[in-house]
Amino acid sequence: MNIKKNWWKAITCVLLFYTVIEGFLGAVPARDILNETIRNLYFHVPMWFGMMTLLFISVIYGIKHLHNGAMRSDLIAREAAHTGVIMGVLGLITGSLWARYTWGTWWTQDTKLNGAAITMLIYFAYFILRGSVEDEQKRARLSAVYSIFAFVMMIVFVMILPRMEDSLHPGNGGNPAFSKYDLDSKMRLVFYPAVLGWVLLGVWIMSVRIRIASISEALLNHSDTHPTS
Amino acid sequence: MLKEVRLLLYKEFLLESRQKQSINGLILYLISTIFVCKMCFRSLPEPSAWNALFWIILLFASINASSKSFMQDSRARFVYMYTMASPQAIILAKISYNTILLIVLSLIGFVVYIILLGGNPIQNMPLFLTDVLLGSMGFSAVLTSMSAIAARTNNSFTLMAILSFPLLLPLIMTVVKISKNAIDGLDPSISYKYLVVLFGLNLISGALSYLLFPYLWKD
Repeated sequence: MNIKKNWWKAITCVLLFYTVIEGFLGAVPARDILNETIRNLYFHVPMWFGMMTLLFISVIYGIKHLHNGAMRSDLIAREAAHTGVIMGVLGLITGSLWARYTWGTWWTQDTKLNGAAITMLIYFAYFILRGSVEDEQKRARLSAVYSIFAFVMMIVFVMILPRMEDSLHPGNGGNPAFSKYDLDSKMRLVFYPAVLGWVLLGVWIMSVRIRIASISEALLNHSDTHPTS
Repeated sequence: MLKEVRLLLYKEFLLESRQKQSINGLILYLISTIFVCKMCFRSLPEPSAWNALFWIILLFASINASSKSFMQDSRARFVYMYTMASPQAIILAKISYNTILLIVLSLIGFVVYIILLGGNPIQNMPLFLTDVLLGSMGFSAVLTSMSAIAARTNNSFTLMAILSFPLLLPLIMTVVKISKNAIDGLDPSISYKYLVVLFGLNLISGALSYLLFPYLWKD
């Protein structure tokens, strides 16, 4: 273990242990309807932060690929998108569970929820696009173009449309976000570390996936050049 | 640049006029879809359902119409064209051509839809037509790029739809909102902010197509 390179992984572990322990055992403000479900703030919201960070990394590497044509950038873009989608699915599940106990339904017609669903649709389409092109260079270029196009449209959708319509989601349409409940800022002490912890965990998973992918690619090339081994 | 675009646009129209079966096919597709809806629904007294169905029919017709914008060109013609013109001119010409095509299709669709599905519920016609015009522009900007991507794969018809649907959703939600306001005859001032959003979406998707297309066509 190289301390200089891996210190952030130790920080990730500490932050996540802190989040889980404080998040489940710590005191939270008691509020009508929300009750204990307010603890979802430490899990659901940071997962979306993690997803957005990873998808942003994916787009940046997509742009990088278009700029320099390196296959390494495409590999990073792909694995970042994969990890981002995993985070997104987790965010969707935690959100749905929360909605079941506060709104009384797993899913409802709401701009914030639709934004999340569209993000998932876009990235599933992205993977199907990747699967439909055989030539490596072409696949990398087409999917980079699509992910840039899609990311911009997604940001527009998630940012602009909810402001045009009312939403049930906390922080929209007159529904208070956590800042209103958190008068003594105690929740912030858990929330901010939780965001950092989940984002770092996402980056960690991504970096492991990138290593696995580049090793298996190297193995594949090796067995091509040495068919007997 | 402008001259190039004009020439390419002229080429598109020339091709279209020589292969009339393709545009006639699109019109027939549209009319058949509306007729199927007519047979299934019988009548649609509810204005919001009337509105939603109209735009869903147009959505499918538009995807069908734009998907061929890069698939019909043969390999040799592709290469020839790209040595002659700049990619920016090509994408601008294709988008303008698709915009005109979609406007024509939506107007035909609108007339047939009114005739078959009982009456015209729209109270604010100018707003509705502006909506159709801006909507067609936005659809064509997104769909032309997606067709450029899909044409390069070996799964192009499915991909064309699944790539475009999520990207068209912001557009279609805004468009449906405006046309609902036009049907209800609400005060136009309510719709201005949606028109601005629609215009902004068109601008963004047009700019993205313009910037990203050069990366799509080089092999």
